[in-house]
Formats: sequence, C-alpha cells, structure tokens
Amino acid sequence: MLEIIYQFISQNLLLPLTSFLVPLDYQPQAMTVLQTIIKILAILIPVLLTVAYFTYAERKVIGFIQGRIGPNRVGFFGFSLWGLGQPIADAVKLIVKEIVIPTGSNRTLFIMAPVLSLAPSLAAWAVLPFDDTKVLANINAGLLYVLALTSLAVYGVIIAGWASNSKYAFLGALRSAAQIVAYEIAMGFALVGVVVASGSLNLGEIVNSQSGSIIHWFWLPLFPLFVIYFISGLAETNRAPFDVAEGESEIVAGFHVEYGGMAFSVFFMAEYANMILIAVLSAIMFCGGWLSPFEGIPGLEGLFTWVPPMFWLLAKTSFFMFLFLWFRATFPRYRYDQIMRLGWKVFIPITIFWLVVVSALVVTDTPPWFN
Amino acid sequence: MIEQIIFYLFGGILLLSAAMVVVMRNPIHAALFLVLSFFASAAIWLLLQAEFLAITLVLVYVGAVMVLFLFVVMMLDINLVTLREGFAKFLPIGITVAVLMVTAMGLVVGADYFMSDTYMAIKSVGPDYSNTKELGMTLYTEYLYQFEVAGAILLVAIIAAISLSMNKSKITKSKKPEDQVFVKKQDRLRIVKMQSEPNTKNGESEA
Repeated sequence: MLEIIYQFISQNLLLPLTSFLVPLDYQPQAMTVLQTIIKILAILIPVLLTVAYFTYAERKVIGFIQGRIGPNRVGFFGFSLWGLGQPIADAVKLIVKEIVIPTGSNRTLFIMAPVLSLAPSLAAWAVLPFDDTKVLANINAGLLYVLALTSLAVYGVIIAGWASNSKYAFLGALRSAAQIVAYEIAMGFALVGVVVASGSLNLGEIVNSQSGSIIHWFWLPLFPLFVIYFISGLAETNRAPFDVAEGESEIVAGFHVEYGGMAFSVFFMAEYANMILIAVLSAIMFCGGWLSPFEGIPGLEGLFTWVPPMFWLLAKTSFFMFLFLWFRATFPRYRYDQIMRLGWKVFIPITIFWLVVVSALVVTDTPPWFN
Repeated sequence: MIEQIIFYLFGGILLLSAAMVVVMRNPIHAALFLVLSFFASAAIWLLLQAEFLAITLVLVYVGAVMVLFLFVVMMLDINLVTLREGFAKFLPIGITVAVLMVTAMGLVVGADYFMSDTYMAIKSVGPDYSNTKELGMTLYTEYLYQFEVAGAILLVAIIAAISLSMNKSKITKSKKPEDQVFVKKQDRLRIVKMQSEPNTKNGESEA
C-alpha cells in the first residue's frame, strides 16, 4: 500500500515538477532529493502525530490506572469521541500563547534550546528500518549514529537550564547532565552487547540476525542488557521514576520552568519523541524488529503471513511505549543519590559482566542463537 | 562538485567556530562553539568516508566530553570584566607560544604533506565496505599491544582520579545504601498498644 502511494506521488507529482523546473542535466539528482524529502515526511508526520496522541494516551492510561476517566470532553464537530480532540486543542492553545523570554536570560540560546532537544530525536529516525526494505538511510554504522544522536539530547536540557538565568532551571540542568552522562555509559555497553551478538552495526542486519523464532530474539541471551537498556532509556528521557530534572515537587519544573507557549511545547514534544525512539530501538535491537512473533511455530506461522512486517514493529513499539506510561503511574520518584548509585555501581558492572558472557556465547557458537 | 561545496561549507564553519572559541568572551559560548567545530570536523571526516571515526567523534567528544566541560564551566563564577584585563600584557607571550607551536608542528609534519601534488584522491569504495570492520581488524591485530598499553594508561588515570577525589570523602557524610537496603521493619517502626480515643468531631480533641 505504502509503495503504491509512494510510486503515485513520485510519478504524478515529483516527475512533472522536476521536468518543468530543473535543467535536464540535474534532473536525476533533483528527483533523488525530492524523493528523499517525501520519504522523510512519510516518517516524520506519523511520528509527530504519534507524539500528539501519545500525550493523550498517557493521560488516559494513567487515568485508568488511578481509577479516573482522563480527558473525555474535547472532540470533533460536537461529538466528544472519548476526548480524542484533546491533543489538537492543547497544540492550538500552546501555539497561540505568548513566549515570554525572561530578563537576564541569554536570548539566542534560550530560543535554541528547545530546537536542540527536538532535532536529534527526529534525526535518529533516518536509520531505523521499518521492514526488510523500508529504511531511509541504510548505513553501515547505523547503531553508532543512533547512539551519537541520542547522546545529543542532553544539550537542549543543559542550555535551557543555563540560558534561563534561573536557579531552579539551572539545578534541573545540572541534575540532568550528571544523570544522562551516567546512564549513557550503561546504555552504550548494552548496545555493545547487541553488536557482539549480531556482528553488525547496521540496524537491518541486527534484526535479520535475530530471525528464527521468538526465542532467537536477543531479549533472551541478552536479558540483563535488555532490562538495563530500557531502564537507561527511561533515565535518558528524564521520565518517571528518573524525572529529577523536572522534579515538580522540589524544583518546580526543572530546566523548562521559564518556558511557556510553543517553546515549552517543543520540549514536551522532544520528551515524547525520545520515548518513542527508545521504544522503537528496544523493539529493533532486542525484540526482533519487524519479525513476526509467530515465526518458527508450525501452524500459527502460516496463519499470520498476511500481516505486513511493519505491523509487528509498530505493535512491539506500542508495547514499550505503554511501559513508559505504566512505570510513570506506578513508581515513586527515585532519590538522586540512588539514581547515581544505580547507574554507576549497579548497571555498569552488570553490563560489563554480561558482555563477557555474550562474547563467550558467541565464541563457542552456542545454539540456538549463535550457530 | 557537490562534494567540494560541502567541503568548503563545513571547512568554513570549522574555521569560523574554532576562531570563535578563542574570541568569545563568555566561556559557555566558547564551549558551544567548540561543539560546533567538532560537528563540522565530523562532517569533513564523513566526506573522507570515515563514517566510524566521524560518528565516534560526535559520540565521544560532543556527547560526553563537552557535556562534562559545560557542566564544569557553568558552575564557575566568572567575572567577565577581570577576564578582559591584561590582554595587552599577555599578548607577546601568547604570540611567542603560537609561533613556537606552529614551527614545531611544521618541523614534525614537514612541508611535503601540505603540497597539493602529494595528495591522492580518495579511493571510492562500494557500499559493502565497512569502515568499522577494517578499523577493528587493524586495531586488534596489528596494533594490539599499543591498544592494550593505551587501555592500561587510561585505567591508571581513572584510579588516580578516583583516589584524588576520595581523599576528601572522610569529612563528607554520605549514606550507605547497603545499610538502607537491609533495614527491617523492627528497626524503624515501634507499634505501641494504646486505648482508642473517644469519638471526636472533625478530629478536634475534646480538651
């Protein structure tokens, strides 16, 4: 279906456009650029829509967990539709609000900070494979690229905290910087385990090396790394129970206390986009990406061949996204020294130990994963 | 053609941001320009088809080192006025050091490397060529001992840094997580048997 739409757009829209506007010599290049832009839009528009409705899902899910109803009033055309219009109403409200720039703040950096926190989490989608063929940039060092970009998200927080010229914001920024640096190491080591197990940095090859059945996926041989990766992901995205950078009970809202209107909502979008990114990365690296969970089971395998592979990736991603909400509704906030201890003294030793175990499993060709 | 445009674009950004690191008065701005110059040099490395090194540069220097740098610089209490003083006084020393460094580097590297005819065009390789794999093969076979020595040196540095910072810890009071974990209910909670209070209105005591 997606291929048909894509072909239709490039035949009927892009081809005439380039043949009119671009000199003959550069037409192939122009066509490639336009096609890439179409592909980028085809990834980013659904991602941003998911971000919008993820906020709605969060309020609903946490509402149900706490025995409330959640937003149920704003709908479309006079129908309340379980509150489905809420994210749109919120977006409109935030867009029309004034952005207040505090006196004594650093104006340029103050405006730049939200952009710096959103851009990396969207750019990382470039290398994520949606199925065997659907990937925007199939690069060799895909995993490194993702790791590098997720490590950049901290700049938005730090710069926002400093440029606001406010003590609460600054405290939030410092907390966040120390926390993200600590958990990035554990996260990096967990991903080294994935690289050792799959023998590749290319995300598509990582998924393909997990094929077989549900027990061939890396969650089983790399179970400690899988758990640590997801928990570090929670810490990296500053989500509960690791949300001390915001800590509304202690430092009001942390790094974005001075932000309002659209500038605030870009931070908000960045947080949710980062969560979706961590969810989809967990699905790709530990839960077989687009591979069907019924693969290798006689009988059931044949029943589900009609399901497009992308559906499985999205289903797994949704599950991990749900975990983010579930954790937020369940756990109280960690104390800061406990966060640091967990990162440095528990996670890093475990990941290093399990790295040795995985290497041993790979070297000895242990079935069923590495033969 | 397009590669040349990209090279000059990022080369320009690199030179400009590197100059700004020195010129900028505010140390935070200087550090952020250093980040930008790392990005620009990563882009130039990508043009040389060294994708592993380029991404590692961003990952290590931008993602970790510069974050800690900013962390420290932000906490310094810097007076910008005193920072500007003595510029003329230190200028001769600065110029001497700069000239010395440039001559030393020139003597080591040699002029041969900077002639355009000694440069070879980058050998274009297919998409299947993995830069990471090649680097790993060279690093872990040919340069294994050097790699191990570098690792040992870094380990010594880590131990030294930790022992330096541990010196002060005798006067700081820190919690012991292992004690906290093993706390039992009996250690903290005392249940006292007592008579139930007579029913009062709105929790107010009758007395």
